Parts: sequence; structure tokens; C-alpha cells
Amino acid sequence: MTPQLDLRNVTKRFGGVAAVDGVTFSIAKGEILGVIGPNGAGKTTLLNCISGVYRLDGGDIRWHGVSIAGLARLGVGRTFQIVKPFGSMTVRENVAVGALFGSDSERPPLRAAFDRADSVLELVGLRMKADLPVSALTIPDRKRLEVARAVATRPKLLLLDEVMAGLNNVEIDDALEMVRAVHETGVTVVLIEHVMRVIVGVCERVIVLDLGRTLADGQPDVVLRDERVIQAYLGERYARRLRGG
Amino acid sequence: MAAEPLLHIKGLTAGFAAGPVLFGINVDIAQGELVALVGANGAGKSTLLGTLSGLVRASAGRIAFSGRDITNQRPEAIVMAGLAHVPQGRRLFDTMSVEKNLRLGAYARRDGNIDAELRNVLEYFPALKDKLNREARTLSGGEQQMVAIGRGLMARPKLLMVDELSLGLAPKIVDRLIDVVKEINTAGTALLLVEQDVLVALDVAQRAYVLENGRIVLAGAAADVKDDPNIRKAYLGL
Repeated sequence: MTPQLDLRNVTKRFGGVAAVDGVTFSIAKGEILGVIGPNGAGKTTLLNCISGVYRLDGGDIRWHGVSIAGLARLGVGRTFQIVKPFGSMTVRENVAVGALFGSDSERPPLRAAFDRADSVLELVGLRMKADLPVSALTIPDRKRLEVARAVATRPKLLLLDEVMAGLNNVEIDDALEMVRAVHETGVTVVLIEHVMRVIVGVCERVIVLDLGRTLADGQPDVVLRDERVIQAYLGERYARRLRGG
Repeated sequence: MAAEPLLHIKGLTAGFAAGPVLFGINVDIAQGELVALVGANGAGKSTLLGTLSGLVRASAGRIAFSGRDITNQRPEAIVMAGLAHVPQGRRLFDTMSVEKNLRLGAYARRDGNIDAELRNVLEYFPALKDKLNREARTLSGGEQQMVAIGRGLMARPKLLMVDELSLGLAPKIVDRLIDVVKEINTAGTALLLVEQDVLVALDVAQRAYVLENGRIVLAGAAADVKDDPNIRKAYLGL
């Protein structure tokens, strides 16, 4: 079967430096894939390649077998590491904007966009806060909103860039419930995280990037015990913690 | 604890135009202590650090530092008194060099021994040695956090407050930074560590305070706080 997303030898350079250097992997429809790796390994650059922010310097990205230039219209939604809501709008209005500029070929009428916003807010657990200004949201809720805006575009593939950073374990567990709820609607999810509670909690598969290349690719419980991953990324103390020591 | 703590916060209420965020906070930190401040997002942790630094106005209560009242003092006077703040998200001057960022931490100092301090910082963070001329924004997240902590140290503080050391950093880098935090503490500087990764904070700290909805709800030895059933449930998710 053709994978939903297929990366072949994807390369992106900045000046002389290859931030992403010949990365190859594919994602099946409905998968949840984690991407981890040291700061500067190329994780966000890779997301930017998939979502069409950058033009590739080499390789190819195929969406259901067809080479793509990215963009929301194809059905790729994403969040940003630094949350970027429209500050003067309400929560509901922010999500409606996502619905208006989403992956459907025609722009929906305003009423339909707000209906879509309401159902997404229900899904991510923000329904009670729909009419609040964004400024009134707590940090965990702002992250929910960031996800809601991306989900409102009706993505088939959702890219989440460190949406759990700065949350404590209990807040993370709540956020994981949200990711599961979104995933259950049939969306494929790729998420970048440094928080292993997230990777272990929700990912079926994890890819480790190091220096722009794929260091490991497999089930979290196998990959996180890989000595090379511990050396390059996790460190000894964290590896012990994961083992429950 | 010694009769005269380095930092003595008594009945502190503080916040913004919309109303107080902190209510009647009591916190003491002894000379050379390493203390963790733990709490959910929105509990008021960063507001407390901001109030200590003179960035947020206290409406009641008192902050004494090193035997002086520093309540609602100007931020630069508080830095000069020996209280330095490493803010959440690093807040470096992106287009300035690493060295300038570091030296700015000593801007208020008048004792002239700045070069020695810079050498000291580079001993804690040797990775920065060959990057002194690079623009801060070109560094990795971990290196930027090193610059932020280094900048705080350049003020030669008696107490260094670090807000969210681990934010957005790879586990291995957090490990290394925690080791440096311990070294800084061993060399005699007191530290107040605000950390979302509660396990990391409680592992390294001697004592801990738990902040909930603007109030201190628990204080004690870090090991005891870590074993507290409510903390394990509410923060550690165990």
C-alpha cells in the first residue's frame, strides 16, 4: 500500500550546513509518529520541509504517492513551537480562522466555519472557554488552542511542534488525552517532543534525528533503550529514569 | 536554618492591574541553599520571581534580601544587591554576540573584576569558549540556556533564580545543565529553581516550596515533598 507520506532522501541546507541530510522514512495513514533528537538536530526544519515552508535542496516528499510542495490545502496542519494566536480575538474566532482557511477546496460560509470551530473546541476540551479572549487562557490552554487551530483546517496529517513543552506531568497527561481524541478522528499525527512521557504515552513509533540524519526508527520502548540514542540524546541519568531507576 | 536567612519573604501579596496573583507568600532561603519552587502553569511561580526582581509590584508584605528591604526596589538595585534572575525562555539579545550578552550581566557592577567573572563562567560552560563572537540567536537551545545562566552569574549574585531551566531542551542537555547548577551551588551561590520537570527539580534541590493558585501550600525537604502523596498525584502523575 502507498504510504500517506513518503520522505526520500530529504535534504535542506542553510549556507553550507545540511540541517536535514538525506532523511528517508514513510508514515502510514492513521499513525502517531514521534520525532526526537538533540537541539539543532533538524527536527523543526524537517517539519518545515513537510509543511512546505521550505523548498527542498534534495530528495522528494510524496503525499499518497504524488510529489508535493506542501501547503494547508493538501491537508497538512501544523502548530508552531512558539504559540501564535490572534491576540485580539476570542478563542472561538481563532479556531474559526483555521476552519475558513482549511483543506477544503472551497472556503466555507462563516456560519459553517463557526460550527466547525465549536466541534473542534469540544474535541480539544476548550468548549467552556470559547468566548474568552486569548489573553485570558492559561499556558496549557493556549497550547490546546494552537492544536485546535490546526485541527480546524481539517488536516489529514497533523504536525505538532513541542506542544507539551513547559507543561508538568499531569498537564501533559491531559494534553495526551487531547492528542488521542484528535487521532481517533482519523488524523495521522507527527509530533516533535523532548518530553519522553509524551513519546512513551502516545507514539506507536519514534524517529531519532541527530545532525540531520536518522539515528533510529522504531517502537519507543526499543528506541529509547538504544545505546546510540542514550549517548546522543537521552543521557545516562534520563535513561536510568526511563528504566524506572 | 540560620537566624538571618539570605532571602526572607513575609506575607507577600503581588500581581497586576487585574488583581493579585500571589497571596501572603512566606519563603525563606538560607545562604548557599538550593531551593526548588514547584507548581502548575498559572500558579504564580514566574510572578513571584518577577516580584523578587522588582518587575512586578508588591501590594503587601516584605522582601528582605541580605539584611536589606528590597520590596518594590528598582530592578537594577536588586541586581546590585546580589539577586539575579534567569528568565523563562532565556530572553537573550538575539543579534548581539555571546560575549556581549554575558558582559551585559555585569553591567551594573562597579568592582571592575569582570574579566575574571567571564573566565569563571566559561569554566562552567566550556562549550561557549569558541562561540563568544557568534550571534546569540545562532546557538542551539541548550547553548542559549548556558548563555542565559552565564549572564546571571556575571552579576556575581548571592542568589541566582532560574526560571524553567529544562524548557525545550534535550534530556541530555538538561542533565548537563543540572550538573552545572550543582557546581554553582557548591561554589557558594544560593539558587532558586523554578521547574516544570518537577522530578528534576526535587532531585537536585535541598528544600522545596509548592505554589498553588498563588499560595504556598507545602514546604519542606525536597525528598519529603517528592514523597508527598498529593504531590505525586498532582504534579508527578505517578
